[in-house]
Amino acid sequence: MMTTKGKQYATFWLGTGLYGVEVERVREVLREQDITRVPLAPSTVAGLINLRGQVVTTVDLHERLELAGERSAESMLVVVLVGGESVALLVDRIGGVVDVNEDQFEPPPDTLVGTLRELVSGAYKLEGQLLLSLDVDTAVAA
Amino acid sequence: MDDMDEIVQEFLVESAENLDQLDRDLLALEAAPDSRDKLSSAFRTIHTIKGTSGFLAFGRLEKLTHTGESLLSRLRDGHQVMKTPTADALLAMVDTVRSLLTSIEADGTEGDVEIESVMNQLKAQVSDGSGPAAVPAAVNSAATAAAAVKSAAEAPPAAKKVPAVKPATKTPIPADPAVAEGSSDASDNDAAEQVAVPATAEKAVAAPVAAAAPVPAAHLVPAVPEVHTKKVNARTRSVAESTLRVDVDLLDALMRLAGELVLTRNQLLRGVGEVADPALARTTQRLNVITTDIQESIMKTRMQPIDHLWSKLPRVVRDLGAQCGRLVRITTAGQDTELDRALLEAIKDPLTHLVRNSVDHGIENPDVREAAGKPREGTLSLRAYHNSGQVVIEVGDDGAGIDPVKIRAKALERGSRTAAQLDAMSDAEVLQLVFEAGFSTAAAVTNVSGRGVGMDVVKTNLEAIGGAIDLDSVVGEGTVCRMRVPLTLAIVPALTVEAGSDRYAVAQASLLELVALDPTQAASQIETVAGAPVYRLRGALLPLISLTGILSGSDSFEVPHGEVSQVIVVLQAGNRRFGLLVDRVLNTEEIVVKALSPRLKNIGVYSGATILGDGTVALILDVQNLARRALRGDAAERAAEANARRGAVVVSDAERLLIAGVGDGSQVAIPMSMVTRLEMISADKVESVGSREVVQYRGKIIPLIRLDRHLGVYSERQPSELPVAVYSQAGHSVAIVMDEIIDIVEHEAADRSEVDDRGFVGSVVVRGQIVGLLDVEQAIAAADPGFFSAVRAELAAAELNGSAGGFLPSARSGVDDGFGVKDAGVNDLVGVNGR
Repeated sequence: MMTTKGKQYATFWLGTGLYGVEVERVREVLREQDITRVPLAPSTVAGLINLRGQVVTTVDLHERLELAGERSAESMLVVVLVGGESVALLVDRIGGVVDVNEDQFEPPPDTLVGTLRELVSGAYKLEGQLLLSLDVDTAVAA
Repeated sequence: MDDMDEIVQEFLVESAENLDQLDRDLLALEAAPDSRDKLSSAFRTIHTIKGTSGFLAFGRLEKLTHTGESLLSRLRDGHQVMKTPTADALLAMVDTVRSLLTSIEADGTEGDVEIESVMNQLKAQVSDGSGPAAVPAAVNSAATAAAAVKSAAEAPPAAKKVPAVKPATKTPIPADPAVAEGSSDASDNDAAEQVAVPATAEKAVAAPVAAAAPVPAAHLVPAVPEVHTKKVNARTRSVAESTLRVDVDLLDALMRLAGELVLTRNQLLRGVGEVADPALARTTQRLNVITTDIQESIMKTRMQPIDHLWSKLPRVVRDLGAQCGRLVRITTAGQDTELDRALLEAIKDPLTHLVRNSVDHGIENPDVREAAGKPREGTLSLRAYHNSGQVVIEVGDDGAGIDPVKIRAKALERGSRTAAQLDAMSDAEVLQLVFEAGFSTAAAVTNVSGRGVGMDVVKTNLEAIGGAIDLDSVVGEGTVCRMRVPLTLAIVPALTVEAGSDRYAVAQASLLELVALDPTQAASQIETVAGAPVYRLRGALLPLISLTGILSGSDSFEVPHGEVSQVIVVLQAGNRRFGLLVDRVLNTEEIVVKALSPRLKNIGVYSGATILGDGTVALILDVQNLARRALRGDAAERAAEANARRGAVVVSDAERLLIAGVGDGSQVAIPMSMVTRLEMISADKVESVGSREVVQYRGKIIPLIRLDRHLGVYSERQPSELPVAVYSQAGHSVAIVMDEIIDIVEHEAADRSEVDDRGFVGSVVVRGQIVGLLDVEQAIAAADPGFFSAVRAELAAAELNGSAGGFLPSARSGVDDGFGVKDAGVNDLVGVNGR
C-alpha cells in the first residue's frame, strides 16, 4: 500500500549487507574499470577513474565502513553527486531500485557501533532483509 | 530606449579605454611637454567625450570636459607649456570624468559627483598659463588630485552589475567579481575583462588619413589635429567592425574544449597506431595537425601583451611617489611579451606589490640619493622576456638594496634559522628569506628596510600558478625581483614516468635533464651520504629522491640492488636541484591538468591529475612539494644548494671536502677526490686479520683504517654502524672509518695552509673553523702498506697492454666516475707515491 513520504533507494551490496542511497543522488552505475591508485592517500580512497574525461575520486566503501569479510571479485562503481562533484563508490554488487516509505524506517539499532553507526542514518525493514541507508555526504567526506 | 542604452554602453566602454590612453599620454607629456602627437591625442580624447556627452545630455560631464578641452587646446596650440601643476589638474579631471562615468554606469545619471573644484583647478591653469607656475598652486592642486582619487574610490562599488543585466547587447560585459574588492578604477576592470584583438589597432591607423604622420600603433587618434570629430568617429567604427568583443567566459569554455580535443586526439592517435589502415592514418594525421592549430589559435585569442598590466603602473608609481616623496622614472622593455589573460590577471597583484615595494622601500628619497652620488630621480625598470618556455618578468630598482646582514639578524630574531644555518648560507640564499611568511611583520618594515611586506603572499600566488620568484639585491645599487610564470595554464607539456606499476606525470617546466642508469650503474653509481642517496652529476652531488620510496611512505633509502635500470629525472624546484629516481621514462605528452579533490591535494605530493592517451588517469607530481618534503635540512640539501649556486659548471679551483667527526668533537677534512663512495657498514662485519682490521665489501676483503686511532684521538664510541669513506683504485679498495659524517663543503683548493703535523697535509678554514686536511695517502699506506704499489703495478700492466692510456679512470675498477672524482686525484696520488 502506498503511504505518505515514499522514497526510492538505489541499493547495492557490501558483503552480506544491503545498503542504499537516495536514487536522485545517483548519477550512474559503472562496471569496475581501471582505477589509478593514489599512494599516500587514506586507505578509504580506492583511487581515481576516468569518467568520460572527468577525473573522479573513488571511495572504497569496504574500507570506509570498516567491513570485514570477503569482497566480490568484480566490483561495481556507483557514481553519486556530493556537493556538486561526482564521487564514485566502490561496491560489491548492484541491487535494484527499491521503494521504501517512512513507516519501514528505524534509526540505527543500538547494537550498531563504531564507524558504521556514523555512516548509516537508519534501516528500512524490507521483507527478509534490512536496507541500511548510507549517509553519502559523511561517507565521502573523510 | 534599448537603442539609447546601447549607445550609452558603447560610450562607456569606449571612454574607459580612451581615458586609459589619456592617462598614459598625460604622463608622457610631463616628460616631453611639447610632443604635439600626444597633445593632439589627449585633446581629441577629451573632445570626443565632450561631444558624445553633449549628445547624450550629460551636462556636467560636458561642462567639465569642455573646460579640460580649452586647457588642452591652449597647450596644443603652443599658447602654454605643460607643467606639473597642469598635469595634476588634467589628471584630476580624468579621475573626475571616471567618477562621472562610473555613476552613469550605475544608474544612468551623473549622480552627485562634484566637479567644481576640478573645474576651478583647470581654469586656474588656463589663466596661469602665460606666467611661471606658482609653487603654492602645485601644492594645492596635488591635494585636489588626491581628493579626486579619493572620490573615485568612493564611487558605488556595485557599478559594474548593471551591464550584466542585459547580456544580450552587442557588447556583453561579464559581471565583474573584482569590483567587490573595492577597486577604485572602473576602466581598469573593463580592460581586464575584455579582450580586444590587438592587430586591428594598426589597421585603424593605416586606414583613412593617408597624410597621417607616423604615430605609435596604439593610438587610435590621428596625429593631424585638423581632422574633425566625425572622422574620428568613422575611424572608431571601423575598429569596431574589424574587432569583436568576446565574452571571456566563452573563451574559457573554448579553451577547455580545446583541451578535451587534444586529449581525444591523443587517445585516437594511440588507437590508430594499433590498426594498420593507411587511409585512417592519413585522416588522423590531418586531425592531429588541425587540433594543434585550433589549440594554438585559441591560446592566441587569450594572449594579451603584458603592457595591459604595465600601462596601469605609471599612474600607481606617480601617485605613490608623490605620497612618499620619491622621484621615480619608469623604463620598460618587452612590453609586447604576451601572456594568457588568466595569468595576466593572476600576476596583477604580485606585480603591483613589487612595484609598490620598489617605490616605497627600494628607491630612496631624492636627498639621500644625491648624497649617495646617484641621480635624484630613481629608476624603476620593468622587463619581460621569454626564457625556456616561461615568461620572465623583472621589476628592478636602483634603490638602496637589501642588506643581507639585516635579514640575517631578523631571521635570527624570529628564530626561523639558527646562527649556524645562517652562517652556512650565502648572501643570495639569505635574501630569499624575505619570501618566508612572517618576514612581513611591521617590525620588518622598519628594521629590514621594509622589504618582505607580504612577499610570502606574492610567492604563494606565483607558485599557485606554477610560477616562481627570486630576488637579487646589491646594497646601495638596487634590487631586482624576477617572476617566472608559465605561458599558459590549461595545457602543460609533461613527462610521463613509471614507478612500480604506476604512471605519473611531471611538468616539463621543472625538468632539467634525464640521466639513464643501466642496472650495474644503478647499483654502483648511486651513493649515500649519511643515509641520503646522492648521485654525482658532472662532479656535483645531486640529492636523490626515490619516487617509489616516497610514495610508499618510507623515509629510508635503499640503493637498488642489481637487475633494475633506473632513470634520474633531474628537477629544479625553486633554487634547489634534485634527482627523482624512477623506474622508467615513458613519454612526453601534452596533458590537460584536472583538479584533484582537496583531500588528495592535501597529501602534498600531487598537484593534479590528468588523463593519458590510453584513457587512464595519471597523477601529476608536485615537484615543489616533493622537494620540500624530501629534502629537509640535511647535508644533501646543502650540497644541492651549493650546486645551484655554482650552476652546472664545475669550478675547477674549488675542491669538495668531506668533513668528518673524529674523537671528541674534532673535525677532519678529507678531499672528496679521495672518496669513491660513502657507506655505512655494520660494526659486527669488521673482522681481524692479524693486527689489521678488514671488512667484506662487494665480494672483496678490504682493509679498514680507523681514523681516530690513526690520528691518535681515540674515540669512546662503540656504534653499531660505522660510517666509512671507501677509496677504490685499480680494483683495490680501502675503507676509512670515521665517527660521523658532518658535511660536504666547497673549498678553494689554493686556499690552504701547510702544516707539518703527522697525518695532515695542511689545514683549511671551513665556516670559520680550522679543520685539518687529512693526508689520505699516508693514512692508506699506514693501513695497507702494499696498496699503492699494487695499484701502480696494476696501472702499469694496463698501460703495457694498451688497454688504457696513462692513468685513465677506466683502469679503476668499480669507480663510477668519469664524472665524479676529479681525475687530478689519481695523478696526485701516484705522484705522491712515486716520490
